[in-house]
Amino acid sequence: MTAVETEKTSRAGDALPPVDRGPLRRRRRVRSLQQLAAVAITLFMGVPVYLIALAALSSRTALNDFPKSFLPTGLSTTTIRAFLSSTGIGPATFNSVASGLLTVLLALVIGAPAGYALARYVFRGRDAYQLVLLLTRALPIVVLSIPLAQLFLNTGVYDTVTAVVLIHTALALPTTVLITASIFVSVPRDVEEAALIFGCTRFGAFRRVVLPLAVPGLAASSVFTFVLSWNEVLGAAVITLDHRTLPAQVLTSLQQSPLAYRFAGGFLLVIPALVFIALMRRYLLNMWGTRAG
Amino acid sequence: MPSFVFMVLLLGWPTVVGIREAFMGPDGFTLANWERMAAEPRFWEAVRNTLLLIVVVIPIQFVLAFGMALLLQSRLRGSRLYFYLWAVPLAVSDLAAGLVWLSIFTDRGYLNSVLAALGLGDGFSWLSYQHHSTMLLAVVLAEIWRSTSLVLIIVVAGMQMIPREYDEAAQVFGGGAWQRVRHVILPLVKPNLQVALILRMIMAMQSFAVAQALTGRNFPLLVGETYEWFAALQNPAVAGAVALVVLGVSLVASITCLRVLRQPEAEVRLR
Repeated sequence: MTAVETEKTSRAGDALPPVDRGPLRRRRRVRSLQQLAAVAITLFMGVPVYLIALAALSSRTALNDFPKSFLPTGLSTTTIRAFLSSTGIGPATFNSVASGLLTVLLALVIGAPAGYALARYVFRGRDAYQLVLLLTRALPIVVLSIPLAQLFLNTGVYDTVTAVVLIHTALALPTTVLITASIFVSVPRDVEEAALIFGCTRFGAFRRVVLPLAVPGLAASSVFTFVLSWNEVLGAAVITLDHRTLPAQVLTSLQQSPLAYRFAGGFLLVIPALVFIALMRRYLLNMWGTRAG
Repeated sequence: MPSFVFMVLLLGWPTVVGIREAFMGPDGFTLANWERMAAEPRFWEAVRNTLLLIVVVIPIQFVLAFGMALLLQSRLRGSRLYFYLWAVPLAVSDLAAGLVWLSIFTDRGYLNSVLAALGLGDGFSWLSYQHHSTMLLAVVLAEIWRSTSLVLIIVVAGMQMIPREYDEAAQVFGGGAWQRVRHVILPLVKPNLQVALILRMIMAMQSFAVAQALTGRNFPLLVGETYEWFAALQNPAVAGAVALVVLGVSLVASITCLRVLRQPEAEVRLR
């Protein structure tokens, strides 16, 4: 409510019988309470991120201070640099990025056609297939990773990026299929049929008409897959030994490492989340639409 | 369907092998793995902690997420920014969340800094194994921080599907704010709450890195125990048995959710 409007009401109140301003006042009070609650929740969500950034960017002496300063006074990159140069972190970061990208690729190559089929065709066992997809979501990765570790040991892919990619793809596939299906559903069938009428082959119509329309959604699902792979700890820790991904490396060296190392690791693991949510804001809500049920 | 083959290969087959493995000893069928698992006191501690965590975290975070969603729906100033900030933990892994909260709860961390600055005590060991309740508090806070976003997103998605007219109609007929939430919004987002509840149950059963990062091995959770059996104790069979406990409990929990919540949902549909 602006000041001008309030003034108007009060002037009207002079001429006419007194206006009951109770509801207005109450509404304003509710608004400010709501705003207060929103700020409080934002602090709860935001302050930890600020603090880990502060801790990771503090110099060693600032980290040892007690009580700690809450303002960025002792900023330095020594902690981060020490973390990055400690053993295994460089290769682990590389492994994480590589397995993330390969997982995205593999999940799309396998999952997108399935999603397309789910969206466009009625085939035998379609419902069963959808049910299986949902069930696999309930499968905890611990159950999978141990037998898979033994399988990978026997076939010689144990402790490689390939192994990580395979297990992450298996994890990401159900979601990829469901998301791509909902993307393809939202591409109107008519445009595709029009392309067919104008002489495109089925594949041509897909490539020239459907794909361009679906690209933003596919990109969103790729980012999602990448983050899933980037964040996954347990499977990666079980399946690798010397060629760890970043989270697995941090997890396994947690006990023996100084606090500075843990803070820097935590901060580096959080950064992609900030970027990811910024990229995905538009798609967040669609992804969890009613299809999930 | 290549995706189907792939998934059977990488999801179905290992499950079967895992189940078989857990019952196998050097000479055929055995329950020895299960006995070893049950004989370990840490296992029961882990069961207790895991269930405790679920019972404490999930109700709090559903109320919180529902409130947050209502706040977002009421179109406050800056609600786009709020939405962004509230969604960030969605992409934070449980390991990272544990490390984030470690910086707060560690002995010389930010929480104790605040307390010291206010003159309240000089460094309480929140995460020491002697203080089980504060350890639980730290893990609960970290879990709520990390995973409420997911519930929020699902609930908001559901709320946006509700036509505005419903709420307006309720308002016209004199429904107060509480009544509108209770009788209009809540029944309509129930399917979303159900999906969120099942996903959260499964996720909560699987979380372990939060506790690992915060307390080391002082606060065992089931999945952490699996990893411990596999990596440190080199015993994949017992690890498999623990993993199956996780699977069993998740399945039972999800099915219970579906059953319990189905009744009211059917009612909504009939109306």
